[in-house]
Amino acid sequence: MSTRDIAARGGNWGRLAALSVAALIAATGMARADEPIKVGQISALSGGSAKSGEGITRGLTIAIDEINAAGGVLGRKIELVRRDDESNPSKGQLAARELIDQEKVAALFGGIDSPVALAIVPIANQSKTPFFSVWAAATPITRNGANPNFVFRVSAVDALVDKALTNYATKTFNAKKLGLMLVNNPWGESNEKGLTAAAKDKGIGLAGVEKFEESDVDMVAQLTRLKSAGADAIILVANAAPGAQVMKSLQRTGWNVPVVSHWGISGGRFPELAGPGAQKVEFVQTYSFFGKQNPVGEKVLAELKAKYPDIKGPADVVPPVGVADAYDAMHLVALAIAKAGSTDGDKVRQALENLDRYQGLIKTYDHPFSASNHDALSENDYIMVHFVGAQIQPVTN
Amino acid sequence: MLIALALVSGFGLGSMYGLLALGFYVTYSVSGTVNFAQGSSMMLGAVLCYSFAITFGLNPILSIVLALALCGVWGAAVERVAVRPFASRGSNGWLMATVAVGIILENVTLFLFGKEPRNYPSVLADNPVEIAGIPVLPLQLVIPAAGLVIALALHLVARRTRIGKALLAVMQNPDAARLMGIDVARAITASYAVSTIFAGIAGILIAPLFNVSSDMGTLFGIKAFAVAIVGGITSAWGVVLAGLCYGLLEAMITAFLGSTYTQILTFALVIVALALLPNGLLGNAGTKKV
Repeated sequence: MSTRDIAARGGNWGRLAALSVAALIAATGMARADEPIKVGQISALSGGSAKSGEGITRGLTIAIDEINAAGGVLGRKIELVRRDDESNPSKGQLAARELIDQEKVAALFGGIDSPVALAIVPIANQSKTPFFSVWAAATPITRNGANPNFVFRVSAVDALVDKALTNYATKTFNAKKLGLMLVNNPWGESNEKGLTAAAKDKGIGLAGVEKFEESDVDMVAQLTRLKSAGADAIILVANAAPGAQVMKSLQRTGWNVPVVSHWGISGGRFPELAGPGAQKVEFVQTYSFFGKQNPVGEKVLAELKAKYPDIKGPADVVPPVGVADAYDAMHLVALAIAKAGSTDGDKVRQALENLDRYQGLIKTYDHPFSASNHDALSENDYIMVHFVGAQIQPVTN
Repeated sequence: MLIALALVSGFGLGSMYGLLALGFYVTYSVSGTVNFAQGSSMMLGAVLCYSFAITFGLNPILSIVLALALCGVWGAAVERVAVRPFASRGSNGWLMATVAVGIILENVTLFLFGKEPRNYPSVLADNPVEIAGIPVLPLQLVIPAAGLVIALALHLVARRTRIGKALLAVMQNPDAARLMGIDVARAITASYAVSTIFAGIAGILIAPLFNVSSDMGTLFGIKAFAVAIVGGITSAWGVVLAGLCYGLLEAMITAFLGSTYTQILTFALVIVALALLPNGLLGNAGTKKV
């Protein structure tokens, strides 16, 4: 056969090939429009705070189910991708890069560990990916000095929590000299600043600031020093495992002193690990599923019961913080993406800063974020709770 | 008061370091090899006892016995799988192999036992008693007592029973022992089983104080090895003494300087101790006859 014939045949094949490629591109192009919007969760899914990660997942999942049932956002469904940071900042950073670069998530949700969240903040800002803290409370997470700032928070802020804890200790226990028991990491430091400032504002003294490592088992020395310095109330800032060891050490010293705590202890099996001493700790939460709920609360509780067989009532939603914060955060993100009309990080950020009204679980959010404020909750949204058995219930005064 | 509390907790932890280090001593003396999975073996004892007593609800004494028996089996398995293939060929590969086996055990436990630390309730760790004005948990008295009893028992068994004397013979001269009809291979396996049983006992004793988790043994094992070296790995009483000293030192540093500096200072002091006494507190320089 002559070259002319081959060229002619090549031409036909060439046209067929071009048509196939065009069809493929069109097909994948259409598939891209139907592709789900991915959002990422980076939190502690293992270790002493595993329960916190589980709570956040549940809150996000319930919200995502609601959004998808209503047709999704921009016609696309939302899909949750999770990574375990093992409470380790380096692993959190690796997970953040993977989710942003490979999974191309539209937004990231963080976990309980402030050190991990702080490590992810620069990555989020650099890659222009909105990053929501739904538990980690360290003040510098949202107040990080970046402009534009892609980090938002639906959760407590240490600076405000510390004021609330100090007020509670003085009001309820008539404390005049606080003893601080803080975990030795960036979260502990954030609270050291906050508590020192809050105590100064209130005009009460600090008996001492004692630190301990996350993996310590014996805090008797630190507690003994606080006792000798005349502390009449202890403010505890720690996660469940070291917090439990503090309570065990406290029991060993035989010192009967009120303990007011930040919420780290609610992220794990605190009552089991700490023993009977766990019941006397009073700590802060942003939400409780007990008592009269607003309509959103009733709806969420019903959905939780339907989806998770181990939840039979408000007492089984442990911990409520992760669930509630994550639920509202997911809805806010969905609203922002819809308002921005795209998943582009910068547009979503601007949409978040200009959100109007959202009737949420924790409260009704009225313009929750602005260019200068990326924290949706204030100290009016905090409640004090305690453990009754393994359940978290509000303190009834 | 601070010193007294530090002494109590230091003695307790120190005797456990000593117990783990005794395990190192036993295997090193009999075979010239060391089980770097000792820390993980301690965790195994605690995890098994927790599983039997709490998860399956068996009788506590039975749980302890079963857990220790399985620790012994584990030790024998480590020797067979990670040590004998290398030591019998004159290789030092058992160094890495035992480390690897320890890591594997920890991760298998992570999968099976779960990711969260659990509490081991014990009636000995519930209410402190007052002794000379110091609140002390009964468990904190039982621990050093148990450590001492086990060290004494090892001493007596080694010198008074046939099995003990056979082990001593292997320690002194494996070839002569073999000629006298002692099964050296079995002696080495037995020494590994004994060392992991010691580790298991330590794990079960401290479980109510610490929490039971898959990584509870790692740092313990490292410290116990340091203790074994500082004590002179060829001397049983040396390692026990070193363990107590290390525990007390750790407790004192934590009491006065806070726990941030504890690891830095204790390990720095280990280095200083070895610089001053290269063969350990009570060890002898090994002599090579040419």
